Amino acid sequence: MLRFLGRRLLQLVPTLFFVSVIIFGLQQLLPGDPALAMAGEERDPAVLEQVRKQYRLDQPLHVQYLYWVGGVLSGNLGESMRLKEPVITLITQKFPVTLQLALMAIAFSLTIGVTAGVISAVKRDTAVDYAVNVIALWGISTPNFWLGIMLIFLFAVHLNWLPASGYVGFLDDPWMSLKTTLLPAFVLGNSFAAVLMRHTRSAMLQAMGSDYVRTARAKGLAERRVVLKHALRNALTPVVTLGALELGTLLSGAVLTEQVFSIPGFGKLIVDSVFNRDYAVVQGVTLITATTYILLNLVADVAYVLINPRLRS
Amino acid sequence: MKRYGLVGAAMAAALLTGSAATAETTLRIGLAEDPDVLDPTLARTYVGRIVFASLCDKLFDIDQNINIVPQLALSHETSPDGKTVTIKLRSGVKFHDGEVMDGEAVRASLERHMTMQGSFRKPELAAVESIEAVDPLTVRLHLKAPFSPLIAQLTDRAGMIVSPKAAKESGDKFGLKPICAGPFKFVERVQQDRIVLEKFAEYWNAANIHIDRVVFRPITESTVRLANLKSGSLEMIERALATDLPQIRADAKLKVATVPELGYQGITVNIGKSEAGKTAFGKDPRVIQAFSLSLDREAITKVAFNGEFLPGNQWVSPNNPYYQSKFPVPKRDVAKARELLKAAGVTTPLTIDFMVPNNPETRQVAEIVQAMAGEAGFDIKIRVTEFATSLKEAEEGRYQAYMLAWSGRVDPDGNVYIFHKTKAPQNYGGYSNADVDKWLEEARTKGSLADRKAAYEKAAEKLLTEGSVVYLYHRLMIIAHSANLDGYQQLPDGLIRLSGARLRP
Repeated sequence: MLRFLGRRLLQLVPTLFFVSVIIFGLQQLLPGDPALAMAGEERDPAVLEQVRKQYRLDQPLHVQYLYWVGGVLSGNLGESMRLKEPVITLITQKFPVTLQLALMAIAFSLTIGVTAGVISAVKRDTAVDYAVNVIALWGISTPNFWLGIMLIFLFAVHLNWLPASGYVGFLDDPWMSLKTTLLPAFVLGNSFAAVLMRHTRSAMLQAMGSDYVRTARAKGLAERRVVLKHALRNALTPVVTLGALELGTLLSGAVLTEQVFSIPGFGKLIVDSVFNRDYAVVQGVTLITATTYILLNLVADVAYVLINPRLRS
Repeated sequence: MKRYGLVGAAMAAALLTGSAATAETTLRIGLAEDPDVLDPTLARTYVGRIVFASLCDKLFDIDQNINIVPQLALSHETSPDGKTVTIKLRSGVKFHDGEVMDGEAVRASLERHMTMQGSFRKPELAAVESIEAVDPLTVRLHLKAPFSPLIAQLTDRAGMIVSPKAAKESGDKFGLKPICAGPFKFVERVQQDRIVLEKFAEYWNAANIHIDRVVFRPITESTVRLANLKSGSLEMIERALATDLPQIRADAKLKVATVPELGYQGITVNIGKSEAGKTAFGKDPRVIQAFSLSLDREAITKVAFNGEFLPGNQWVSPNNPYYQSKFPVPKRDVAKARELLKAAGVTTPLTIDFMVPNNPETRQVAEIVQAMAGEAGFDIKIRVTEFATSLKEAEEGRYQAYMLAWSGRVDPDGNVYIFHKTKAPQNYGGYSNADVDKWLEEARTKGSLADRKAAYEKAAEKLLTEGSVVYLYHRLMIIAHSANLDGYQQLPDGLIRLSGARLRP
């Protein structure tokens, strides 16, 4: 086991090196000049030259890369050109926001998606099944952007139940925090709930037709128990895998939803930084997100090995 | 010596009326973008200036008619040779850290603007040779050459005075916790979420500040910004859309304050910046004139902006004291445009690569321009380009026409010099004319409005017939706010000043 772990950890080194080169390289393909983008209306050539020098933008690419990687290895992800704030501070500010939003969105989609999927499978080919399917189709095909604005108008402007946008930290004011994240989490979870519903339905239908369900029924178990304990448990495996994958995606930020609801998370940070050519921030956030993904993969692999000893060889 | 008694009178009036002790009031303002660093020396954005208006006082300010009035200064006097400017300072002014604002502080601040690495104020104060703190309430600026726009420069970030102690201690991190001498002091900032300021009890004009706390929240979507205002999550929003004005005016809970911008919206033509400019469009001024005549500026503002914006044809709007009424906004004349094209020997349709920064309003205007110019014989190919990329493309001359906005400056020099002077930093069109250069320099050295306007008139005659910018319209800066906010006054730069404003519960 230790040898396996050691081997996987060693493999991390070239992977992360490759990732860092890709992140840095792809960014250089962006058209535009960071100094010019930063200057905005104040485009005086002498000042621009000084900015390029200050941020080493006048150095050859490989030198810029080495400075960046050198910094990263010593725990310094650089500084935002636009805000003069260390990138690591920005990341630690945004991560809890994105995490809360992602967890709430997943909770929403699991609750709605799985429940609807089960009902739809149990009531197969009835009016209820068709209705759930239509709602799911609507969920998949509704753009987040539009749904977000409509919900703001309904719940904030007309009913005045929830704030229109913004974010309050969970530790600062839990109740207000839930109120500010309810709509964005619903919007974010909405389309995924529909996907989950479709998957749950088909997995449930498969499970309901299997031998063990027939046996359970033959034993005289109540239908409720058959569905929830025998069929659903087995049907949930692919659904949970799907949910875990989606959580990974959500953790890298939900650009449109964060934009509509003015949620200061990873998505908004990356978009603003790309548009402002704030390279250090884009590189830092992408590197952290990519590393998290790789580490989560490693954890999953280790978990598989722990569960299934045959994989150790 | 110029003396200003206005502020004293305002203070006295404020003292007479008194400010009643009421519950703590918080004004939440929705901004159209997230401001950049809050350091007056390093800041670049328009939206940042809105926050600075509450945070950092300047030596001078402007009034409703774009006249320059004192703020941290009391008066100024320029020597007969125009090379020395003596500024008398207001006494008893304190920074947010309790330090006293005096001549030394002003000298240190201005020198910081002039010398700090990466300072965007350097070009604005380029005329200044040295600064002398004569006594605690007097500073003297020694100039390299006479420079009329100097005092106007000091009405903006170049004139913001920061606490020298804080500036020295925090260096280029000053913007993370700015210490100035404005009506509100910095409390906290969460990037892309909020900037919080609170009333500064020792502010020199504290009697006129009736709001306890200000929270700026960047909300980029204009629809969402307005929804926040309507739902009561915000008390004020800046840059509301012109197309939303009827809705705002119809809402009894809202009020609106508008003012034409100091800047302009126009189309820059590449007339020699690069190879791309060496076409009939860039080489023959008659073709640009034909293009300009093919456009109905009035219709553009009607279709795209409900007729709320001001059609324009110069670098200042028709209600600016520097507008040259001798050259009014031209009426659309397609027949004449066709004649000019014919006279220039152009075979129509003439294809033009039109670079347009990607935002819904400019895209819509570009499409209207495309349709109008098409009737005169232009085949406009719109190339929608992400903004930062478009700047680079313009810098390198990879365009024939470029839709460019300028937020505007208090002094007209800021709207014309850097765009038309030979090889000036933002002369993207590549325009060059020795006479125009001379007149633009002349306007910088003359002192009176009449003399300067005369110099600009000569420049305008040339620039409006053969220049590289086709001016289209001037936006209306639209600030919408809750009807519970009283006494708010909108000044022409579109910034939000809270002096005198009161928020009813």
